[in-house]
Amino acid sequence: MSDFTTIGFNERKVDGDSLVTGKPVFAGDLDLDHVLHLALLASPHAHAKIVSIDTSRAEALEGVELVLDHRNTPPTRYTTAGQGYPEPSPYDARMFDTTVRFVGDRVAVVAADTLEIAREACGLIDVEWELLPPVLSIDDSIAEGATIVHPEEDASGIFDAARNIAGAVEAVVGNVEAGFADSDIVVETTCETQYAQHVPLEPHIAQSWMDEHGRLVIYTSTQVPFHARRIVSRVLDIPVHRVRVIKPRLGGGFGVKQEILQEDVLGLVTLRTGRPARWEYSRKEEFVSSRTRHPMRVRVKVGATSDGMITALEMDAISNSGGYGTHGLTVLSNAGSKTLPMYNKAEHIKFSGKAVYTTMPVGGAYRGYGATQGCFPLETAIDEVAVRLGVDPLELRRRNHIRTGETSPLFEELGEGRKGVEMTISSCELGKCLDSGAELFGWEAKRSRPKDEGRVRRGIGLSIHMQGSGIPEVDMGAASIKMNDDGSINLHVGATDLGTGSDTILAQMAAEVLGLPLGKVIVLSSDTDLTPFDVGAYASSTTYVSGTAVVRAATDVKQQVLEVAAAMLGSPADGLMLGDERVTSPDGQSVTLAEINLRSLYGADQKQIAATASFVPSESPPPFMASFVEVEVDIVTGKVTLLDYVAAVDCGQAINPAMAEGQVEGALANGIGYALMEEMVFDGSGRVRNADMARYKLPGTLDLAPIKVILVESHDPTGPMGAKSVGEIGINGPIPSIANAIYDAIGIRLTETPFSPEKVWRAMRDAGIE
Amino acid sequence: MKIDLTVDGMAVTAEVDPGETLLPFLRRLGAASVKNGCDNGDCGACAVLVDGRAVNACLFFAAKAAGSEITTAEALAGADGLHPLQTASLDLGAVQCGFCTPGILMTALDLLAYNPDPTEEEVRHWLAANYCRCTGWVKPVEAVLAAASMLREQEAS
Ligand code: FES
Ligand code: FES
Repeated sequence: MSDFTTIGFNERKVDGDSLVTGKPVFAGDLDLDHVLHLALLASPHAHAKIVSIDTSRAEALEGVELVLDHRNTPPTRYTTAGQGYPEPSPYDARMFDTTVRFVGDRVAVVAADTLEIAREACGLIDVEWELLPPVLSIDDSIAEGATIVHPEEDASGIFDAARNIAGAVEAVVGNVEAGFADSDIVVETTCETQYAQHVPLEPHIAQSWMDEHGRLVIYTSTQVPFHARRIVSRVLDIPVHRVRVIKPRLGGGFGVKQEILQEDVLGLVTLRTGRPARWEYSRKEEFVSSRTRHPMRVRVKVGATSDGMITALEMDAISNSGGYGTHGLTVLSNAGSKTLPMYNKAEHIKFSGKAVYTTMPVGGAYRGYGATQGCFPLETAIDEVAVRLGVDPLELRRRNHIRTGETSPLFEELGEGRKGVEMTISSCELGKCLDSGAELFGWEAKRSRPKDEGRVRRGIGLSIHMQGSGIPEVDMGAASIKMNDDGSINLHVGATDLGTGSDTILAQMAAEVLGLPLGKVIVLSSDTDLTPFDVGAYASSTTYVSGTAVVRAATDVKQQVLEVAAAMLGSPADGLMLGDERVTSPDGQSVTLAEINLRSLYGADQKQIAATASFVPSESPPPFMASFVEVEVDIVTGKVTLLDYVAAVDCGQAINPAMAEGQVEGALANGIGYALMEEMVFDGSGRVRNADMARYKLPGTLDLAPIKVILVESHDPTGPMGAKSVGEIGINGPIPSIANAIYDAIGIRLTETPFSPEKVWRAMRDAGIE
Repeated sequence: MKIDLTVDGMAVTAEVDPGETLLPFLRRLGAASVKNGCDNGDCGACAVLVDGRAVNACLFFAAKAAGSEITTAEALAGADGLHPLQTASLDLGAVQCGFCTPGILMTALDLLAYNPDPTEEEVRHWLAANYCRCTGWVKPVEAVLAAASMLREQEAS
């Protein structure tokens, strides 16, 4: 492994220079002439029917070009979820519907010469509403006689519309009842997680125009350009070949840009008017009208023997999908499938769950994708098992965690909204994660010190985690490489760098195979006209899935290079060495890549050295993480402060260690926010009360001081260059680790996030701690 | 009304709408590095220097900038290459999506002008009103500290 020339090195981002010098590389930086600005009229009601809508005053306003609402737009039912086809999310939405299902839902969109005019025109639209009973919580949704959120006949793919169930799943291994009966101890807990928003620093933004050939071009900040093209084509009923989707740089996504929220409307405006159009969400709209993390209520029951072996696991989850079922079933499934297999010694496992409709903001994909919600009760319950048995929680996990060469029956029983895929763990360094994390954190020393008794009490907690590396037998990534006359390559990938650095690590993989310096790799990512297909950036798939496609394409190109060199050197191809931009024969003669390509392009046996390769994974090797946290709790104010955070991660071979660390650090930060402060707060009618970054608190420099990340040495034999994935896993650690640390500090198990001062204070008051 | 000002070293005369802030004004002039993350003074993505001090462009009335010198991240790199803040950010992996980056660089530039040798704690306090959703702040803070020491070395030699 030490022979790598670029893999494992902290290369600079290939797009870094343009980012630090502020070049116009984002979707909003493009200035189009005669552009129409779009403004959204959002629903003021959580649940209502449009009796009538009068847009005549808006249309009469000078500068207004077009007003769209349910009367002049296609009625096709679809899902905004940018997932593979056919999507595992129900077709329960329309571009504009006659019923609105959350405060912020689309009612109408105005296209006008300026944003000010478009906004003013929105205010001139008269809507007569018939208010319907709102469904504001999971309990409202599942209550006897609850209002049905999706009674419409033309929706499809809903599990049970009459009972508000968007999706449901069950997976059973062994017999949990018998398992619990045989256990020496059984621990049960139910935890609830809250509504939260991704808050990418760049809110949703997209632009559209007709190109010189009359094709629709959509320039959009999306994680899923190819899904966007497919969905726009279907909803607007225009052929795929009439649509081109281009993804420039993204200002963050975290899952929220895996939704098709603007592209359909922009496309229609441009098709109808022939004019370019621009739609930029305000920060408030990003909070109110885009997507959120699915809040969940998850019950976990764990059975164990007195010697600390986990024998039975049950998880039962209810997810609040909001007004539409986007990602409902799959996020729900991952609450179990990306947590329970870690404890694979358990012979009896049951996972069941449902995603229910409410008339609240819509859940979408959000980094962690259900694992974040599921690991909270699971890791809390495992901690409690350790406490009751008097075993070090670190030791309990050591005894029970999955290992290389082992499997979990759940891999096959539970996939993303359907059966999964049988899989043997090809690499698991969770043991190393626990050891090295505990050492850096000082677990032993901190555990053995006497408990604090004053106003400020310290506590420590840990948790272990897994995620996946793409969706097996579903995800597909492809890459094309062509070599130029100076030996440089163009690497074209459908993979979507959303700020993660995937362009860079994919370039590093190609450079490694072809013996090139990184500067000779010209990356182009995500233009549906120019790059091959890729499902896009989600499910921690890019490094593993798209990366394997890149390695395959590069290997093919390498073979072609060697064949040309063989002819030039008069030496058989299989004895030649490629490195340092040249091919060398066993007798020491060599030709440079430039010479090889000059010959190939202009000289003899002319052809373009190029290859395209695809990859569909047959498994999804999980990355693993051990997460350690020290907190202090002020028992007068209830404030929880982080003192130390160590996360040790097995992501396989880190292609670019600094970037891999950055992924974990950023995910931890987001998870810490979710654990301690981030929460969408609603009034009694379902309206978000804190739709700005002043009142919706993100963690900043002062909240995140002590994060330390360790990447343990690991190599996955199935991964490209030994890599797995790293983008999501970090976000799962903070909630359970902090919950366990708070328990250690004050002896209270908090079961509802965020652990705000008020909640902690109330819990302490109820428990009589003062 | 029209105002005269200097933007990244260029004399500019431009029309300002009443009530217009520097954020749309500068973007209209082509300064794409001035990012809109909230248009509400909450995120720091729009930070620029007005006469050497960092301000959130979305809160600063453009009319008030008449006669001022505005510096954006686009002027940070000089003829001899990237500024140490930019170099350190790239070398230490402090840039992910990069949407927050121009604002952070300008805020940090202001810090280093006044305090060339800040502690980590001082850097964290100074950047407390900038938001970065991608990085978790470990690397951006390290980059500011590394840039500070690069600048001090340059100064000394
Ligand atoms: S855009 Fe100015 S502070 Fe956020
Ligand atoms: S790098 Fe994306 S917000 Fe900071």
